[in-house]
Amino acid sequence: MARKHKPKLAVWKFASCDGCQLSLLDCEDELLALVGAVEIANFLEASRAVVKGPYDISLVEGSITTPHDAERIHGIRRASKFLVTIGACATAGGIQALRNFKNVKEFTSIVYARPDYIQTLNKSTPIADHVFVDFELRGCPINKLQLVEVLSAFLNGRKPNTPQHSVCVECKRQETVCVMVAQGIPCLGPVTQAGCGAICPAYGRGCYACFGPKETPNTPSLSRWWSHLGVKPDDLVRAFRGFNACAEAFRKESEAHEK
Amino acid sequence: MKSKVIKVDYLARVEGEGALLVKIKGDQVADIQLKIFEPPRFFEAFLRGRKFSEAPDITARICGICPVAYQMSACHAMEEAFGVKVDGPIRALRRLIYCGEWIESHALHVYMLHAPDFLGYESAIQMAKDHGAIVRRGLQLKKAGNEIVTLLGGREIHPINVRVGGFYRVPAKAELAPLAERLKWAREAALETARWVATLPFPPFERDYEFVALRHSDEYPFNEGRLVSNKGLDIAAHDYDLHFVEDHVARSNALHSRLIARGPYCVGPQARYSLNFDKLRPVAKEAARAAGLGPVCRNPFQSIIVRSVEVVHACDEALRIVQEYEMPDKPAVAVEPGAGTGYGCTEAPRGILYHRYRLDAAGVILDAKIVPPTSQNQKTIEDDLRQFVSTRITQPKDKLQWECEQAIRNYDPCLSCATHFLKLNIEHE
Repeated sequence: MARKHKPKLAVWKFASCDGCQLSLLDCEDELLALVGAVEIANFLEASRAVVKGPYDISLVEGSITTPHDAERIHGIRRASKFLVTIGACATAGGIQALRNFKNVKEFTSIVYARPDYIQTLNKSTPIADHVFVDFELRGCPINKLQLVEVLSAFLNGRKPNTPQHSVCVECKRQETVCVMVAQGIPCLGPVTQAGCGAICPAYGRGCYACFGPKETPNTPSLSRWWSHLGVKPDDLVRAFRGFNACAEAFRKESEAHEK
Repeated sequence: MKSKVIKVDYLARVEGEGALLVKIKGDQVADIQLKIFEPPRFFEAFLRGRKFSEAPDITARICGICPVAYQMSACHAMEEAFGVKVDGPIRALRRLIYCGEWIESHALHVYMLHAPDFLGYESAIQMAKDHGAIVRRGLQLKKAGNEIVTLLGGREIHPINVRVGGFYRVPAKAELAPLAERLKWAREAALETARWVATLPFPPFERDYEFVALRHSDEYPFNEGRLVSNKGLDIAAHDYDLHFVEDHVARSNALHSRLIARGPYCVGPQARYSLNFDKLRPVAKEAARAAGLGPVCRNPFQSIIVRSVEVVHACDEALRIVQEYEMPDKPAVAVEPGAGTGYGCTEAPRGILYHRYRLDAAGVILDAKIVPPTSQNQKTIEDDLRQFVSTRITQPKDKLQWECEQAIRNYDPCLSCATHFLKLNIEHE
């Protein structure tokens, strides 16, 4: 279908490792076709050219951790027709949300000699805590094929096809023998959303939940199974307190095992 | 007196968020400030209380561009603390996954981030309209690096297969074999890359840097070696804290490193190359000579050639590893945690990456220190700019601003790493 104007794509960064936006540049085979279909209007990791909004799609990476960023996200929302968050930082606060369980002042003084130079908020929060988000793409990092699917869906006015079932389904589909049942390796796959391709079990280790909680996760039941395998409450806290520590289901489960 | 201010609020084509402010009074540079406002993420704080086994996966999240480097430094630090030695095919596979990261990261920087500066494009995407075949070659070269990381690590960003002691799963010989044909193509593409970047226009600018890099007795450094410099440093990694300090300056969320004895120093491809030229694979040495480089490179703009030469080396080294590989009996060496302190220093694509962990008897982290390459280069980048701007002061503001950005991108700075850094402002007061 011919379009009059190429849709404008913007990529924005908040507190993050840059890995999720790098996923776009990692689409080595699709990148030149993609930039043929859209106008890259703001993507500082790749280009110094900046085109003014409004933007048809904004991809937002990273979590909100500073007073300045808490303001900046509102401007981006106002300038964007669709706002899609990419990755665990933007959708759940990321690994830096581990501060939410502690006193951030203490954290600042551990890392920085002059804490008074550092401006930071007490909590690391997902984008949806601040503005309306049209779609959240999970993963630490996101799966680049899912990113292409999401862009293609929004460009064509349809819903993205990204399953919300567990990693277990992916293991079954690729005939990976269950590492928890067969080898007694603690695995977060039963409560974690699919999307990575169940790579950890395929490499002989338990899933560590990069993609966050699946729909309706039964975390207490999984914790009981982990306990049967000899996992101690301290380690259960650590397991649920990873890259999606502040996703609600995981936060509650980790708090349930805290002394 | 006429004065100008060059301000770049958001530096582009760097990994992370930073700005530059250059103040010029008359024909003098009054001030240079590289600001890193990448939000602080406090990795060293929340590593406290985590298990030693979690450090490779957690610290990988400091940087999406060089996660393997974080995983390697973390593993080596833990293994040093526990007295574990990793050798044979597992050590070779670590070098192989590191080769993959160097190829992927360097190809990204050479083609997508740095080359557009030399040819006057805002981005590689714009450059692709006139130089389609070149950009496609760069993307395929980058992909070859990512294919190594994906095969060994499960995925290209934040690989899942690296653990203290080795890997969760090691490939059979037959699984690695298909990489050989791909690497032969990549080595040719890397040689073409080195020939192409040698034709780019380089400003005549050299400085007498103190280069710091690892040096190993019989190989170009990835994972191991002594920390050496061209001005007399020669120490083991665990003596790092005795020789280097980090300062905290108001304008930056990244700490500035310096050598206690001599001040600013330079890490990364130029340092590594200038201190280890003799250890490069013959095909990479030949590529360097053909590109007009001597055994030492002091022009930071030529770092794009050095990166290309390192890609040649990494492709050739990876090919050697793939061809000589025999599958080990076990994917990892057994690790018994114990109380102690471990130090790890490996060569990330951007330079030395230092980790130090103090651990209790159960292997729980009591404190952690991480010094990424970009915070070590920050002072050197500012010094480069001060000297470079003073030679280019009569240039029109737009041109000067672009050249300043280019001088920063010489270092492929990773601001996400440095904060665990860039935005450009040039002020003519």
